[in-house]
Parts: sequence; structure tokens; C-alpha cells
Amino acid sequence: METATRPPTWPLDIYEVFKKAGIRQVAYVPDAGHSLLIKACHADKAMRAVCLTTEEEGVAMLAGAWLGGERGALLMQSSGAGNCINMLGMINECRFPLLMILTMRGHWGEFNPWQVPMSQATVPALSAIGVTVQTVDQPDEAGETVAAAARLAFSTGRAVAVLISQRVIGSKAFGK
Amino acid sequence: MAHRKPILDRRKVVAQILERRGDALIMPGLGAPTWDCAAAGDHPLTFYSWGGMGGCAMMGLGLALAQPRRRVLVITGDGELLMGLGSLASIGVQKPRNLAVIVIDNEHYGETGMQPTHTRHGVDLPAMARAAGFRAAGTVYTAPQLKAWMPRFYRQPGPIFCSIKVTTADAPLVLPVREGTAIKHRFREALLGGRAYE
Ligand SMILES: Cc1ncc(C[n+]2csc(CCOP(=O)(O)OP(=O)(O)O)c2C)c(N)n1
Ligand SMILES: [Mg+2]
Repeated sequence: METATRPPTWPLDIYEVFKKAGIRQVAYVPDAGHSLLIKACHADKAMRAVCLTTEEEGVAMLAGAWLGGERGALLMQSSGAGNCINMLGMINECRFPLLMILTMRGHWGEFNPWQVPMSQATVPALSAIGVTVQTVDQPDEAGETVAAAARLAFSTGRAVAVLISQRVIGSKAFGK
Repeated sequence: MAHRKPILDRRKVVAQILERRGDALIMPGLGAPTWDCAAAGDHPLTFYSWGGMGGCAMMGLGLALAQPRRRVLVITGDGELLMGLGSLASIGVQKPRNLAVIVIDNEHYGETGMQPTHTRHGVDLPAMARAAGFRAAGTVYTAPQLKAWMPRFYRQPGPIFCSIKVTTADAPLVLPVREGTAIKHRFREALLGGRAYE
């Protein structure tokens, strides 16, 4: 089927939202679902895309970015949410704005059992440390949801995580 | 290799470094390095930290990338840095020219009862920083060595890394402002002016 091989457009919708929101630093631990967005951010001279060794580095880095007057976004797989919890406590106490985009693993059609526990814990763990969670279940919702999350994060000084369903990413992207 | 006993006093070291701060942005690690910076004189462009252990160097990176014309000094503890060793690699790849990472290395977790850290057992943080791509890295044991490093902290193209070996002698508690939002707002206001509240 021809449509199955065409690259998805939602990652570039998110990229356009980043541009409009004035995102300058993009920190990430890669996930296959984020690969197009990561590529777009690296190719953009007005953005600094920073590869991390662990997700909590990005939480700290974007707090520093905000102190310096720049906006950022943090990209990760849902497995990385657990790595961030204590650092997110600092975000909460200082009311740093933080925009996180998580691609989900471990729920919709998952085949790897080791992904399931952290997937189950993602929403409760993020909520417990004060992060507002919003979800994207259809590809065409990605742009507007990230735009709304960015407004919430940067206008109200809050951490907001957008969870992109495995349904959106599509089984085609797995293992790439 | 025999252990070399540290002789420098942390309060004097940090006071000497901050004497020359000029318009530099200071990012202390949680606990004693934050008290050291407070003891050297309160300043709105010091982001006192009371938590976020392991994140100090990365906060310095984000700040250094956002403010390429300002010097950024991370001044943290050996325990704090050991919790975020991966950040040496992330910083080494980004190579911010305006970032210096300084470790006040007492070879112990001072804040929690003086348990030895890995540096007490020979783990060489500057060697790790060099291997991770820092442009310069070294260890300071003596006052003349510290004096030689002083201009490098502020002027040598970064990222640079320096571990300053200090004693475990007790230093009086000097506690700065505690509330995170207050520390954040006054830092941004001092740095960004009216843009701080946009
Ligand atoms: C995630 C986390 N683990 C443990 C602690 C407890 N803790 C607070 S300060 C500290 C030791 C810091 O040691 P170091 O950075 O070497 O500073 P020193 O007091 O020795 O100058 C520890 C373990 C903490 N605050 N957060
Ligand atoms: Mg120590």
C-alpha cells in the first residue's frame, strides 16, 4: 500500500509549532517515533538540538535555558519519564516552564513485555510530580495539542507533557 | 597511587573565585557549594540550588547556550557531579565556549555525614572530562595552582573543567533565599530585565 511507506506529517506539524512558539533548545534521548522531528530540529540553524545520555539531563538543561531567556522542548520515549522524576521536583518548586513530548511505548499493540511496566507508570508518575499530561491519539491532533501545551507551559510556568499514542506512531516505525 | 591529602579551604577558594565574577552567571550545586557561594556575598546572578542533585552541570549548559556572550561558572560538589557523569559527555559534544565546570572536591558527601565519594578512591573527574571532549581539564591542590587557574575560569575557551581539592573542615552554614520561584525570578530579572516576566 503506497500510503504506508509515505513519511508521517505529524512530526513536522510539531516542528512548525516549535518554530512558532520560539523554541530554541531541543534536548532529546532518541525514540524511533521522534526521528523525523529530531532530524528537522538538527537541520534548523535557529535551533540547538542536544542529544543527552539520560532524560533527566534535559530537564536540568531546559531549566538553565529558561534562566538564560530561551525556550526549549524535551523529546523522549515514555520509558524515559521515570528517569526524570526527582529533577522534575525542581521544575515544580521553581515553577520552570517545561514542554515535554513523549512517544508512548508499552501500550497500543506492544510486543515487548519489558516496555509495559514503565508505560503503565508514565501518567501516574508524571502527575504525582506535578506535570500536566495531555494526549495525542490521532496524527492530526499532534500540532494543535503541542501548540496548546506550549502555551500552557510558557504562559503559566508549568511542566506539560504531551503523550503521543503508539497508535499515532504506527507499527511501521518500530525497530527503525 | 598514594592518596594526596587536600589542604585548601573551600570557603576561601570559592570567595577567591567569586571576587572576580564580573558579569558572570554562577550556577552552584546543591548543599555546601550553594552555602559557599552565599558566604562569598549574596548576588541575584547566582542560582542557588537546594535540590536537583546531578543536574547542575546541565543547567549550566542550557544557560551557557542561551547566553553565549556571558561566562557561566558551574560550581558544584564531587558527589553532585558524580550523579550526573553523563552530562560530561553531553557538554563535551556541545562544546560551549563560555562554560566552566568547577568541582569543589572534598572527596566526600559532606552534606549527608561525610561519607567518602569515588574521588576519595581515585576516580579522576578531570580525566573523564578530558576524555569527554572538554577543551581543558585539571586538578588544583595548592594556592599557586589555583592562582594559575583563576583567569582560565573566566577567559579560556570552554568547556573547561577543574577539580579543586579541598579539606573536609567544617564551614559555618550560610543559607541563602530558599524559595525556588524567588531565586528564579530575581536571577531572570537581573539578567533579562523586563523580558523576565513576558
Ligand atoms: C537525588 C538525591 N540523592 C541524595 C540526596 C542527598 N544529598 C544531599 S547533598 C548530598 C551530598 C552532596 O555531596 P557533594 O556534592 O560532594 O557536596 P559536599 O557537601 O561534599 O560539598 C546528598 C547525597 C539528594 N539531595 N538528592
Ligand atoms: Mg563533596
